[in-house]
Amino acid sequence: MGNQAIMAGPFNKIWEFFTSVRLTIVILLTLAATSIIGTLIPQNQEPADYFKAFGVFFYRLFSIFGLFDMYHSWWFQLLIVLLTINIIICSIDRISANRRILFVKKPAFKLARFRDLKRKEKFKDDRTAAELREVCRAFVKRHFGHILIETTDTGYAIYGEKGRWTRFGVYTVHSSVVLLLIGGLIGSIFGFDGWVNIPEGESVSQIQLQSQAQPLKLDFEIRCDDFDVSFYDSGAPKEFRSSLTILEQGREVVKKDIIVNDPLRYKGISMYQSSYGELPSDKLVLSFTSAKTGMIYTREAGLNQPLVIPEKLGTFVLKELRRSAKFKGHDIGDAYVGILTPPNADPVEVILPVRFPSFDKMRKGEVVIGLGEQAQRYFTGLQVVKDPGVWVVYCGFILMIIGCYITFFMSHQQICVELAASGSQTEVIVAGTANKNKTAMGTRIAVIAGKLAKSSSVV
Amino acid sequence: MNSSGILSIITFVYGLAGFCYIFAWIFKKPSVSKAATWVALIGLAGNILGIVMRWVESYQMGFGHAPLSNLYESLVFFAGTIVLMYLVIERKYSNRVVGAFVAPLAFLAMAYASLSPNISDRIEPLIPALKSNWLIAHVIACFIGYSAFAVAFGVSLMYLMKHKSSDNSGSLVSHLPDADILDELNHQLVMFGFLFLSAGIITGAVWANSAWGRYWGWDPKETWSLITWFVYATLLHARLIRGWRGKRTAILSIGGFGAVIFTYFGVNLLPGLHSYGSF
Repeated sequence: MGNQAIMAGPFNKIWEFFTSVRLTIVILLTLAATSIIGTLIPQNQEPADYFKAFGVFFYRLFSIFGLFDMYHSWWFQLLIVLLTINIIICSIDRISANRRILFVKKPAFKLARFRDLKRKEKFKDDRTAAELREVCRAFVKRHFGHILIETTDTGYAIYGEKGRWTRFGVYTVHSSVVLLLIGGLIGSIFGFDGWVNIPEGESVSQIQLQSQAQPLKLDFEIRCDDFDVSFYDSGAPKEFRSSLTILEQGREVVKKDIIVNDPLRYKGISMYQSSYGELPSDKLVLSFTSAKTGMIYTREAGLNQPLVIPEKLGTFVLKELRRSAKFKGHDIGDAYVGILTPPNADPVEVILPVRFPSFDKMRKGEVVIGLGEQAQRYFTGLQVVKDPGVWVVYCGFILMIIGCYITFFMSHQQICVELAASGSQTEVIVAGTANKNKTAMGTRIAVIAGKLAKSSSVV
Repeated sequence: MNSSGILSIITFVYGLAGFCYIFAWIFKKPSVSKAATWVALIGLAGNILGIVMRWVESYQMGFGHAPLSNLYESLVFFAGTIVLMYLVIERKYSNRVVGAFVAPLAFLAMAYASLSPNISDRIEPLIPALKSNWLIAHVIACFIGYSAFAVAFGVSLMYLMKHKSSDNSGSLVSHLPDADILDELNHQLVMFGFLFLSAGIITGAVWANSAWGRYWGWDPKETWSLITWFVYATLLHARLIRGWRGKRTAILSIGGFGAVIFTYFGVNLLPGLHSYGSF
């Protein structure tokens, strides 16, 4: 016995600690306040960038507290675990404390409780209490599910109640939060988050993980049959589209075009369109159009290999492929840039945007340089994710919305219609309570009493 | 006239409504406050018309989409939901003083959209990430929540005014609704806003999962929406379980609205996927 008491002591203390809503408030506000830090310090950057931005001292200090990946730091995770334990223990504690209210087959009513209510609606009827009894019973039955009739010293009391189950709304919300955290945990243990670049026409069977250096082998192959990017007139991207094929031992099993917001899912693994790029082509066909003669000369060009242009129009050297090149402040997309050296003039920089093949005409030079017909080869950048916890999280989402609605806008309502003989008449007293939003319940009782007065007088 | 023309006129209609509400409150002129309601209603009608026209215009331009895709469009929608939310409450509680505290918020949102040089009112086609059925659900849920919090903010300010000067009859404060009513209204609005904020975060998470392959990524916008959620969750627990009333919940409600504003505007200053203008 004594042993048990000692054991119960610290356990009770811990239990009590977690049943406190004050603890909930402290944790919620701490989570809110500390979450701000991670929005001010960009997360998961290169250490060198942090070092540059904060200096030695703060870099070390911030590292100790894990502020560069703070939402995964031990102390932030601890706060979340504490909140979860708090939610679970609070809920268990309150359910067991209120079990007599929550779980009843035949609800009991106390007349005194209704008689003590400040707000009551009263009216008189010429019939006796016994005559009114059936009218009122039918009325209450229509509006409230469960009813009970008692005989009082002066007549009858007719009780009704509904919505007792709505008291579980708050526990629904709490369990939804727990589900979200469980779902997140499942995802982080059994899932992965990676990426892979696939050149058009090629296939891959392993991906790069965000969290670790060595690649992950998939048990199927992903082939990129085609990649397309389209633009609006304004230059903003319109659509990124990859045609993917899933191969199992070389056999095509699934084909799908994916775009942003419409991934391909296969065997619990999802492939998202996340980026793209052009493959550096080692050979480029250039066309040189002489302004004087109108002759067109096509030549294959490689980077940094000078080309002598016929008709003594000079030499041209291709220097680089510039990503998102700027021309007079406008983004003209990817462009090849080269240097044209005419025979007796200064060298000029020539820009050859991939998207505008006749761009160089605008320069109005003696030779117009154009990008020849060449099939641009792209690679598609896919995000490859497995998250088996996502359905648990989605269940949590649905439960949270339903639970919030029940908790905020529905209540457990009880009504008491008392029929008391007063002289030759009967006084009808309508009173009601609700566990939430008592003001609205008062209004509702007034409406019900009005209806009852009308319906009983007609009979 | 095109939609942005109409919407910039609505800015002044909301300004006038706000002015009338404040004037009616300060000089105790019920007739002016009635006029204010009509002005607000006309403003709301024009606001809705502007949104519908903008929707139609985007189709005429060949890339139709719901006008909920950038800061300008969201501000216009925000102003509309604030006024709608307020008018419903005005009708339910038959008190027009609240308008003096709420109509100016709608005016500010609209004025920021129409007059700020940093906000473009051009109709742009949707970038790939925004092309989703979740766009409409996500934005509408968020802004219904935000507007409930905006009205709760106005109500909380009123509560604090009422609370400070106890019973100077004849003063401005005496025309404010009873402290109990304001407190209850604040609570109702916060519950309503919380439901829609939750729905907004959830639809955003589902959308993020279909676009980016993760439902939660701690990007600053997501994190700030969660911070807002924490603040209002604190308010609800403090009130329901620990019985906080009045001043403390009013202050939490004002703080919560501060978090809403930062989630909405402040985050655009921080790096992240949601910063509208940067695409």
